[in-house]
Amino acid sequence: MSVIYILLAVSIVVAIAFFVAFVVAVKKGQFDDSYTPSVRMLFEDELIKDKTNKTILTKKD
Amino acid sequence: MGAKTCFHCGLDATSSEIVYDNKSFCCNGCKTVYEIFSANDLGCYYDLQQAPGATPKEIEGKYNFLDNKKIVERLLEFNDENTQIVTLYIPHIHCSSCIWILENLNKLHPSISSSIVNFGKKTVRVNYYTNNFSIKALVKLLSSIGYEPFISLDDYSVGKKNVDRSLIYKLGIAGFAFGNIMFLSFPEYFQVGEYWLEQFKHTFRWLMFTFSLPVVFYCAQDYFISAYKGLKSKLLNIDVPIALGVTVLFLRSTAEIVLDIGTGFFDSLSGLVFFLLLGKFFQQKTYNFLSFERDYKSYFPIGITKITSEGKEESIQVYDIEKGDRLLIRNEELIPVDCILIHGNASIDYSFVTGESNTVSKTSGDKLFAGGKQLNGSIEVDVLKTVEQSYLTQLWSNDVFNKNKEDGFTNLTNAISKKFTITILSIAIFATIFWMFVDASKALNVFTAVLIIACPCAIALAAPFTFGNMLRIFGKLKFYAKNASVIEQLAAINTIIFDKTGTITANKETSIAYEGMALSSTEEVLLKSSLRNSNHPLSRSLYALLQDNDILTLNDYEEHIGKGISATHNNNSIKIGSAPFVGHSSESTTLNTAVHVSTNNTYKGKFTFYNKYRKGLSKLFNKLKKEYDLVILSGDNAGEKENLTKLLPAKTKLFFNQKPEDKLEYIKHHQSSGAKVLMIGDGLNDAGALAQSDVGIAISEDVNVFSPACDAILDASKFNSLYHFIKASKQAITIIKWSFVLSFVYNAIGLYFAVTGQLAPVVAAILMPLSSISIVVFTTVCTNIIGRKLK
Repeated sequence: MSVIYILLAVSIVVAIAFFVAFVVAVKKGQFDDSYTPSVRMLFEDELIKDKTNKTILTKKD
Repeated sequence: MGAKTCFHCGLDATSSEIVYDNKSFCCNGCKTVYEIFSANDLGCYYDLQQAPGATPKEIEGKYNFLDNKKIVERLLEFNDENTQIVTLYIPHIHCSSCIWILENLNKLHPSISSSIVNFGKKTVRVNYYTNNFSIKALVKLLSSIGYEPFISLDDYSVGKKNVDRSLIYKLGIAGFAFGNIMFLSFPEYFQVGEYWLEQFKHTFRWLMFTFSLPVVFYCAQDYFISAYKGLKSKLLNIDVPIALGVTVLFLRSTAEIVLDIGTGFFDSLSGLVFFLLLGKFFQQKTYNFLSFERDYKSYFPIGITKITSEGKEESIQVYDIEKGDRLLIRNEELIPVDCILIHGNASIDYSFVTGESNTVSKTSGDKLFAGGKQLNGSIEVDVLKTVEQSYLTQLWSNDVFNKNKEDGFTNLTNAISKKFTITILSIAIFATIFWMFVDASKALNVFTAVLIIACPCAIALAAPFTFGNMLRIFGKLKFYAKNASVIEQLAAINTIIFDKTGTITANKETSIAYEGMALSSTEEVLLKSSLRNSNHPLSRSLYALLQDNDILTLNDYEEHIGKGISATHNNNSIKIGSAPFVGHSSESTTLNTAVHVSTNNTYKGKFTFYNKYRKGLSKLFNKLKKEYDLVILSGDNAGEKENLTKLLPAKTKLFFNQKPEDKLEYIKHHQSSGAKVLMIGDGLNDAGALAQSDVGIAISEDVNVFSPACDAILDASKFNSLYHFIKASKQAITIIKWSFVLSFVYNAIGLYFAVTGQLAPVVAAILMPLSSISIVVFTTVCTNIIGRKLK
């Protein structure tokens, strides 16, 4: 069997894997709101900063 | 010290003198929210954005209807024994602080497990445990931090709404197939007759065939359906040549690989569908936070308090209200049905209905209409009609609301498609007949080639990209159109009809003129001091107008509902209110709102309230009058007639005392004589006219809060730009016409190859994307130039 069949099979499997990932992402609603996640990802730091701030404050007290 | 602003909401806090934690607040409500946040380590709220909050409102008893299980069940998205999920619409969501605080709700109450904000839709989806917690508690918690959710009758059908994601699936699949087919067909573009290619080309071709199946049968199905519908109603819409092209492409390509005579055009086929869907996707720009389909349901409450015959209060659904029920309407609640006032001081704000901001006072026995908002404490009413039969809601049973405006409108693309399809079909037939005599073996080849190359991809893309981009540009300038066809229809109008109150008048501003005997300074002080005690909106506006004086402590003060106020200080008495109340037999009846004043039982004069028109109104009308017929349809009396005639161009038609149905009929009448009507209005009473008109634009002071069903929403601050928006729409049409010329050039080149019988797959594969992309670039650049001029 020629190597080209293996290559074709691999390429199609990879392509289909990405395609399935896309369908799953749409189904989960990842394309429904394209704005909020862009803001949300900046918040992870805020929570930590909040806590450190607080410890400083309590030390002052 | 200077002016201080509230740390929480940003309002003026100079005079409040509420200071907490070295920060000033405008009111105790704002301070409380701050206290809640700082006690729960949520002080970060104020770091993200300055003064992001809203003052929490008094909601005592307002959400009692959430005790009713039937109502709650309708609102919940998910409900089992321990957890519930609900999505609430919160109009105040406006900045990143809002997202942050609402996604950290679990810090405020342990029963909340998670909450997710959708900023575009201004909703928050909350997951919570039901032990010690309920939806009512959640709503109360949200209200207490200034994020009061808005629950209306519209939410009643929640959970049945399915998000339509089919376009994004189709686009993804078409893109996926397009890319893979391109890869697979690449070898055959350039290497003909090589040994390894000869060996494997069948595998490649059948793979391409497989990839093209979902494109034809799933992604392109809308075009087949639309073409079928068009043909059924004897219309040659743009989807007919597209469907024809796709069918021919697929059949010919399949035949070619089955008979082993060529590679087929699977690459062009999938590319075509992909580009077309891309155009559709681009055009589908929607403003999630705006709703263009609103009817009364979006504003009416979902539940109301009924007083049972035993005198108990009970929450019932609005649809369950029956004639003869006794209802309790609390402060700030909307009256959902026509009814008769029984107890209490009614001060009704009909601005939802008429756009008129002044409240109307009613006394017991008076009839109240659905849609008014009670502003002065609780009242008790007896129901006269059910929700659907009320005066206001009846308007929605009119047929206009079930009509789809787009159906009756032949757009530019479809207009040209008719001629285009006929031309292409005749070229194809003539070329085939020609080749029958010259070389019969090529005849079928030429016939299909013509249909393939003439597939109007570029034509079909011109309008979506132009209008889609225009929609975005307009959106940035605070003119939000519902869809692309609105822009097209806007370019075609020849008559503009304006509502008066709230549309050409500025809502909250009035100009006040005094007529009569001059008031002495002591009288002025007395007047001002008396007005200070009254909450009536007319008193408030008058109070704001009068100059600052020392405030007297009145000996006696009395408010007579629906009549006026009386007060005494030392030996002086004053009466402020309606003409009969102050003892003035009005010889000259004016139609404008007026407040009469008498002191010590002698009539002094009156303050007349005139509407204040938007700045630049007459300038706008003068610009518009050259090209359009201008009409003003007002629901009000003719009191402003004189004023308007002075202000507006002479040929403007003025009509007063128009009922909602009258407005609708007026537009219908003019449309039947060929007028293309643009209606500009604001209140629910214009809803019928907005629906009947060719383009209905709602003017809104705050686009997030209120607008009736319409085709476009225009921010009030941009009212003066109306002329430019219409002009830009016309220019958009010109751009599309030029794009058609451009795509005809491409078609002519392609047809040359097709008719001469030498259309190779590689030519089609180059020509098709090239024409599509150049059209997209052309329209985008042109619309951006127009957009820049708009600013």
